Amino acid sequence: MRHLLSTRDLDRAAAIRLLDIAEDMADTQLREVKKLPTLRGKTVVNLFFEDSTRTRISFEAAAKRLSADVINFSAKGSSVSKGESLKDTAQTLQAIGADAVVIRHGASGAPRTLANSGWIDAGVLNAGDGTHEHPTQALLDAFTIRRRLRPGASRGAGLDGVKVTIVGDILHSRVARSNVWLLDTLGAEVTLVAPPTLLPVDLAAWPARILYDLDVAIDEGRPDVVMMLRIQTERMRDAFFPNPREYSRRWGLDDERLARLGPDSIVMHPGPMNRGLEISSRAADSAMSTVREQVSNGVSVRMAALYLLLSGNTEEGS
Amino acid sequence: MSRMTDVSLIEGATLADGSRSDILIDGGVIRELGSGLNAPAGATRIDANGLLALPGLVDLHTHLREPGYEQSETVLTGTRAAAAGGFTTVFAMANTSPVADTAGVVEQELSLGLDSGFARVQPIGAVTVGLKGERLAELGAMASSRASVRVFSDDGFCVSDPLLMRRALEYVKAFDGVIAQHAQEPRLTEGAQMNEGSLSGELGLAGWPAVAEESIIARDVLLAEHVGSRLHVCHVSTAGSVDVIRWAKARGIPVTAEVTPHHLLLTEDLVRDYDSRFKVNPPLRRREDVEALRHALADGTIDIVATDHAPHPVEAKDCEWDAAANGMVGLESALSVVHEAMIETGLIGWADVARILSQTPAHIGRIEGYERGIAVGAPANVVLYDTSARRSFGTEDLAGKSSNTPYAGIELPGRVLHTFHDGYATVADGHVLDSAVVAEKARSFRAAGAGGAAAAAGGAVRG
Repeated sequence: MRHLLSTRDLDRAAAIRLLDIAEDMADTQLREVKKLPTLRGKTVVNLFFEDSTRTRISFEAAAKRLSADVINFSAKGSSVSKGESLKDTAQTLQAIGADAVVIRHGASGAPRTLANSGWIDAGVLNAGDGTHEHPTQALLDAFTIRRRLRPGASRGAGLDGVKVTIVGDILHSRVARSNVWLLDTLGAEVTLVAPPTLLPVDLAAWPARILYDLDVAIDEGRPDVVMMLRIQTERMRDAFFPNPREYSRRWGLDDERLARLGPDSIVMHPGPMNRGLEISSRAADSAMSTVREQVSNGVSVRMAALYLLLSGNTEEGS
Repeated sequence: MSRMTDVSLIEGATLADGSRSDILIDGGVIRELGSGLNAPAGATRIDANGLLALPGLVDLHTHLREPGYEQSETVLTGTRAAAAGGFTTVFAMANTSPVADTAGVVEQELSLGLDSGFARVQPIGAVTVGLKGERLAELGAMASSRASVRVFSDDGFCVSDPLLMRRALEYVKAFDGVIAQHAQEPRLTEGAQMNEGSLSGELGLAGWPAVAEESIIARDVLLAEHVGSRLHVCHVSTAGSVDVIRWAKARGIPVTAEVTPHHLLLTEDLVRDYDSRFKVNPPLRRREDVEALRHALADGTIDIVATDHAPHPVEAKDCEWDAAANGMVGLESALSVVHEAMIETGLIGWADVARILSQTPAHIGRIEGYERGIAVGAPANVVLYDTSARRSFGTEDLAGKSSNTPYAGIELPGRVLHTFHDGYATVADGHVLDSAVVAEKARSFRAAGAGGAAAAAGGAVRG
């Protein structure tokens, strides 16, 4: 794997291979000594143009447990905030010998631009770009669903027939986009639930059913998985919805809706959560919730992604 | 007198109507047409067998960047690009720095064009002071200046305030002016990055909805009808806009419209890899829009092609999509793109090309000398075009300062081999001539033609 830029680029075999390698990585994380020598001598740069401590430390833990050298490059307080371009930053990383660049950027497509530019030889791993994609989040979500639904027997499996309902700000969500493509590739049936203002205008090409009503999605859809997205309260300034109370009443996973989910359903959230807005505390902390599993699985999945990116390069080079 | 200016005999050219003719150019005007013309002593003879002779092209929408943004383009480099593309007149948009919102700036622009000599530069004046959309610029002073401005535009920005737009439309009636509107509802396009539709949703780029263009055009044609003023719509890009303009014309509203070459050929699918060469405003649209624009140009709903030539330095495009500048250079490639989109598809003929790229844009902008095309006594603005050529377009085909063409590596038909402006060559055998030589020719022409018929025909503005 040369780069990991979007889940739309992943075929089913590649996705399952990555998830299976993540299983191997997860197994190693149960050992007393978690560190593997696999990427010794490789340099991974976490290039974060947006603040995201959670994603950054997840990638950092993943790289370190594979024995890679990690350089954290945050745009805040660096020359980037003084107007240094993506190009100059990339060329700096090239000059210091980065083997992989994990990039988080506010502009959709910035990882693609970096990968196509010729500015840098390193593999590029998209850690979230604008409102486009966040492929490792979707992979860790798929990994989490697979493990929950097929405990002990998840290797090699897709998510065929699994009903996944994603609720919230689809329009601005890179998590939703990456999940839609990956879940469809793995055979899941995806439903998107949102106010019409928070859906892209033309979803005809998306492999997903669209609903405006969360109660219909729960009662008629009988979802196996309900994935709640973070709602940003500043959206109401742009008239996407009237106010947080109304949003919560119509699209929040409250206690009453939680109770109507099937007993084996799972509740997911990519974090950070707005408790009491898109998800109630009871839902977030219930046994159905996978919120904390998602975080620990994130490390395993990112280890797998870095392994495929960097060990692949070694094979090509030898 | 003729010794002061060039004499050229173009032999065996094919005219836009399909007939063949020699063209004798002398003293800046077309002296004689017909076959077997004798070359006067000292005449330059050009074998034009197999070449198409079109009247010099006129671009109603060019960004020359000078004054203020000389790192992107200057009047000299921009008019070199114009000559390379077969243009002999360019209308220079007002979004320079300082903005062309006073008589002084438009006169400076005019002078720079006269000094360059590669093409006539006809300044466009800003509608509002500083393009800020707050109060009218001195439209009358610009109209009465040596630049004789007749076209006013805040291009780059929409005159979105309906009252200000109404007043501008009304005011310019006093001197037969026209408001060229950049139709973009600003609130509907905040942060917009590409055409809004299926692809923008997938790519996670903020959408530029068609309705933001169409709603302004609808409002403006109704305003133009109400106050009885001329309206020109810049760079129409959507099928819905075509419908609105078609309705307005059927109603007798005095509206004209332009389409860019890139909106006739390229679609939003090119954005998929976030390659900022394809970032432009208005954005590339869907295949259905391209088809509608082509048919509208063929049936006269859209009157002209205008390039929206928008040069940018490398660094303005060598970055992530959001940060990249909007715009493409277009002068050098315009005729080939129209050839590909409109002639090769059989939608129009070469006489139509002469109309949409020369005669009508000149008429909308109220400059004289282009109304008769290639005719005895007309100013000698002529382009010789090899319709049989085909080439992979490349940056070597560019003659301006910037290289932000979307056509690099795309195969396009045709090639401009010779351009004559006011009777002297600016392009010969496919090469743009030396700037000093052309500047000297322009000086000689002006000296010889002072008070003469050619200067009057080529330089006057109908008042």
